[in-house]
Amino acid sequence: MAQMTMIQAINDAMRVELKRDEKVLVFGEDVGVNGGVFRATENLHAEFGEDRVFDTPLAESGIGGLAIGLAVQGFRPVPEIQFFGFVFEVMDSIAGQMARYHFRTGGSFEMPITIRSPFGGGVHTPEMHADSLEGLMAQTPGLKVVIPSTPYDAKGLLISAIRDNNPVVFLEHMKLYRSFREEVPEGEYTIPLGKADVKREGKDISIIAYGAMVHEALKAADELEKEGYSAEVVDLRTVSPLDIETIIASVEKTNRAIVVQEAQKQAGVAANVVAEINDRAILSLEAPVLRVAAADTVFPFSQAESVWLPNYKDIIETAKKVLTF
Amino acid sequence: MVENRHQALGLSDETVLEMYETMLLARRLDERMWLLNRSGKVPFVISGQGQEGAQIGAAFALNREKDYILPYYRDMGVVLAFGMTAKELMLSAFAKAEDPNSGGKQMPSHFGQKKNRIVTGSSPVTTQVPHAVGIALAAKMEKKDFVSFVTFGEGSSNQGDFHEGANFAGVHKLPVIFMCENNKYAISVPVTKQLACERVSDRAIGYGMPGITVDGNDPLEVYRVVKEAHDRAIRGEGPTLIEAVTYRLTAHSSDDDDRAYRDQEEVMTAKEQDPLYTFGSYLKEVAVLTDEIEKSLNDKVMKLVNEATDYAENAPYAKPEDALKYVYKE
Repeated sequence: MAQMTMIQAINDAMRVELKRDEKVLVFGEDVGVNGGVFRATENLHAEFGEDRVFDTPLAESGIGGLAIGLAVQGFRPVPEIQFFGFVFEVMDSIAGQMARYHFRTGGSFEMPITIRSPFGGGVHTPEMHADSLEGLMAQTPGLKVVIPSTPYDAKGLLISAIRDNNPVVFLEHMKLYRSFREEVPEGEYTIPLGKADVKREGKDISIIAYGAMVHEALKAADELEKEGYSAEVVDLRTVSPLDIETIIASVEKTNRAIVVQEAQKQAGVAANVVAEINDRAILSLEAPVLRVAAADTVFPFSQAESVWLPNYKDIIETAKKVLTF
Repeated sequence: MVENRHQALGLSDETVLEMYETMLLARRLDERMWLLNRSGKVPFVISGQGQEGAQIGAAFALNREKDYILPYYRDMGVVLAFGMTAKELMLSAFAKAEDPNSGGKQMPSHFGQKKNRIVTGSSPVTTQVPHAVGIALAAKMEKKDFVSFVTFGEGSSNQGDFHEGANFAGVHKLPVIFMCENNKYAISVPVTKQLACERVSDRAIGYGMPGITVDGNDPLEVYRVVKEAHDRAIRGEGPTLIEAVTYRLTAHSSDDDDRAYRDQEEVMTAKEQDPLYTFGSYLKEVAVLTDEIEKSLNDKVMKLVNEATDYAENAPYAKPEDALKYVYKE
């Protein structure tokens, strides 16, 4: 098995699917000859040719609309939005059009589109190049929203996303692109969408997180263990639709939970998870479910981001409030 | 004796009569929908009256067995020519479950029907343009001999999606026909407040494609230019932007009062150029349309309109629980 970074795993997933299914197309700004500004599509243009992997003009809404037309013709487009902050330019194509296409047409058309996009803070890029906007997507019925936290997960989830017959927004945290390597199998394997993963077993508290925050949660769990608390870390992997079953099973075991997101606190994925726990497992709870999230301000300048972004210390602090309630 | 223009275009007497009949059906269905709206039976009407000449001229120049069409909300004539029936259109007006466009889920006149290659759009105008370009890219990549035909109003030619789609099609020389039905108003805003250039077709130069302005009240002229654009597209020479200049004879919609923003004398003058009557007159002058044929066509069309109305009015609405279906492909 090869050791891969997340960006290599993502590249490999696209290679596997381009090879397996000639209907898969990869396109976007600079994804062709250049191989993508983050190198996610490196060598794919050379390997699969101009028809399968191509550069588009700088026009995000046009990219979204092109994907829809290609999907109508039976293709499985994998467009890239260069930074997820630019999603506002293509929001209508995603939320107003492709997410509703199957519903509107009474199931006569499917939209097997996977929109890949880098996002997330901690790499010293300011707003529009770091925003966590998954909450906007998660509030859109008809879309699936997937956020991997490891290279292994990224490859298996991306392959599943490309094979899914619904539009999937696949968000790749920039800080995780090259932060570590792990063993990733060669060839194809899938990880089901809509399934959370228990990344660490524990019995005293559930820390529910996704994306880069999974690693902060794991670090917090290590620290908490030194103080005698056993924390379970649940990685959502798909933030919409949520894997409520796995979340509830964990909470029913630990009786306490916190939910961590990198995004601003208001109206986010974490709020939704808290509400689901309250709806379904309130009698199992020994303490209120608290959130760790960023402030409700615009993503800040680089010098402030380490203060602004939630980290393992914030998680420990909040976890202790719940543990000692 | 008036010059026989349709024979010069290779159109038989039979075909021009079919064109006339389709225009007449579009007009009578549209008029019926207004009556139904004013009597409180259908919630909303958005009209194609005055634009049928451009719509039918264009549709008949396409390959109605192969081409994909991405119409905009005034294109009842185009979708009728592509096989949607009066009954289906009326089901949409009543927002009944059986409506093939969306089962009443979208606003009326958001046309879409897979079997007839009619591709649905969304409600903010111009979403259909980049979709048409994606469909044309598929045709080019798979070497299929169909053309993607997309229509929109002159107001839409200001949207980003128009420019983004047209640019991509120009860069890749895709088989698309962009046809703007310039009816002079974007709801209330006249064309002089919308475009800094004189003609919508002037915009084509920015995308490396021919731009042609044509009299949209003349179905034969529209037929001619769309046919040429179709031939170019099939030969692999790329897209064409066609501006069919016409006029919107009704208010924007059943909820709009156009007296607030346009002189009614202007509307009366435009009615003199109503394509239904000018084309009818032409067909009479060349002795293709006789009084007898005209009467039988009228009877046939009104029978269709009446049957469609009765059927749709009595058809069931979707059940509330149907709102839960088709959100995801399971």
